[in-house]
Amino acid sequence: MAGERVMELVRELHRAADGHLPPFRTEGLRQALEEMRALYERNQADVSEAKAGRTDLIFLIRFRHCCLLRNQRCVLAYLYDRLLRIRALRWEYGSVLPNAIQFHMSAEEVEWFNRYKKSLATYMRSVGGEEGLDLTQDIKPPKSLYIEVRCLRDHGEFEIDDGTTILLKKNSQSTYFGNSSTHHECVKATKESNRTQFTYCVSWSPLRCSVE
Amino acid sequence: MAAQGGQDRAGEEDSDGGSSTEELLLTPAQLIRSLEQAWLNEKFAPELLESRPEIVECVVEQLDHMEANLKQAKGGDLKVSVHRMEMERIRFVLSSYLRCRLGKIEKFFPHILEKEKSRAEGEPSILSPEEFAFAKEYMANTETYLKNVALKHMPPNLQKVSLLKSVPKPNLDSFVFLRVLERQENILVEPEKDEQREYTIDLEEGSQHLIRYRTVAPLVASGAVQLI
Repeated sequence: MAGERVMELVRELHRAADGHLPPFRTEGLRQALEEMRALYERNQADVSEAKAGRTDLIFLIRFRHCCLLRNQRCVLAYLYDRLLRIRALRWEYGSVLPNAIQFHMSAEEVEWFNRYKKSLATYMRSVGGEEGLDLTQDIKPPKSLYIEVRCLRDHGEFEIDDGTTILLKKNSQSTYFGNSSTHHECVKATKESNRTQFTYCVSWSPLRCSVE
Repeated sequence: MAAQGGQDRAGEEDSDGGSSTEELLLTPAQLIRSLEQAWLNEKFAPELLESRPEIVECVVEQLDHMEANLKQAKGGDLKVSVHRMEMERIRFVLSSYLRCRLGKIEKFFPHILEKEKSRAEGEPSILSPEEFAFAKEYMANTETYLKNVALKHMPPNLQKVSLLKSVPKPNLDSFVFLRVLERQENILVEPEKDEQREYTIDLEEGSQHLIRYRTVAPLVASGAVQLI
């Protein structure tokens, strides 16, 4: 049945919830494009016959043309939706994507991603004075000024963005001037190094203290 | 409120308060209020609104001033913390505002670029120059990708696709909540269905309404209403 293979691609993407990126189906795409080529060739042949007098072929030609349009639409929808998911990954994971996700991307998608992140970086640098404004930080409204970090396992030295280095030893607990980027760094360190885990409890903000 | 007072004091310490780039002299408090208004409008409007480069520049300058002041301040921890919290909040609002705009640019890029192309000479732009560059790059990037991966392998009569027709347009008929800032008279409300007829309403200052965005779009642009 025409359009089945391309529908499989679309269905798989539709089923993948929460912006998850399934592997790129090169074979599926190739088959869909192949089907389009075959339909087109048959149409070419039939068009010349129809011109020669076989007007009963016109409906078949039209039907094949509809299949071609549907294939085109589905292929583009599949590719475009994947691009949107990849774009969301830049905002979630930062400039460097985890390997597991990169395996699911085609070479061209990786190229698109690289160009997107470069374009985004240029824009962010142009806003906000000298260093630019990193828009991928501060995703949530700031709730508290300090974060309290309890280190479960030895991590050694850790530098936060205002330059101070913290020494993290097992079972030490301290309070740091935490803005959202420090929070972000801590979470990133947790994700990256499997050896270390942070639990952090967000402590009271001095602001609440002053209002009372 | 402690934070608001602290904000004003920080503004008075530096003389110009970031007003050098425009004719209107805004106190820092007024500047932040304009930022918040622009932010809320942008969040709730279905389409990309006019760019406000003067607000963005002034807020960035203001943040830099506050940072510089805080570095010098030797005061008690509390004052520094309060100001720092305020800075974090302002930075969040600014980032959220710019992120919202970028999101809409990416979502509606063919329509936005088309609108920019057909803009008349004196009309204000909805895109800042940097946003315009970003939008063009995004469009070129996506078009090249789709062409190379799919379109050029398709039959000759299907190799072109109009992004303008394929990418959905912003829905200007979506409903928005608003508060009226300046009294408006005789606003024409278009009928939704054929059976209804158009009618006019007056918008009283301070009143709140739920209305189709299309009806009030020019009022949002002029600042007569605030989306909430």
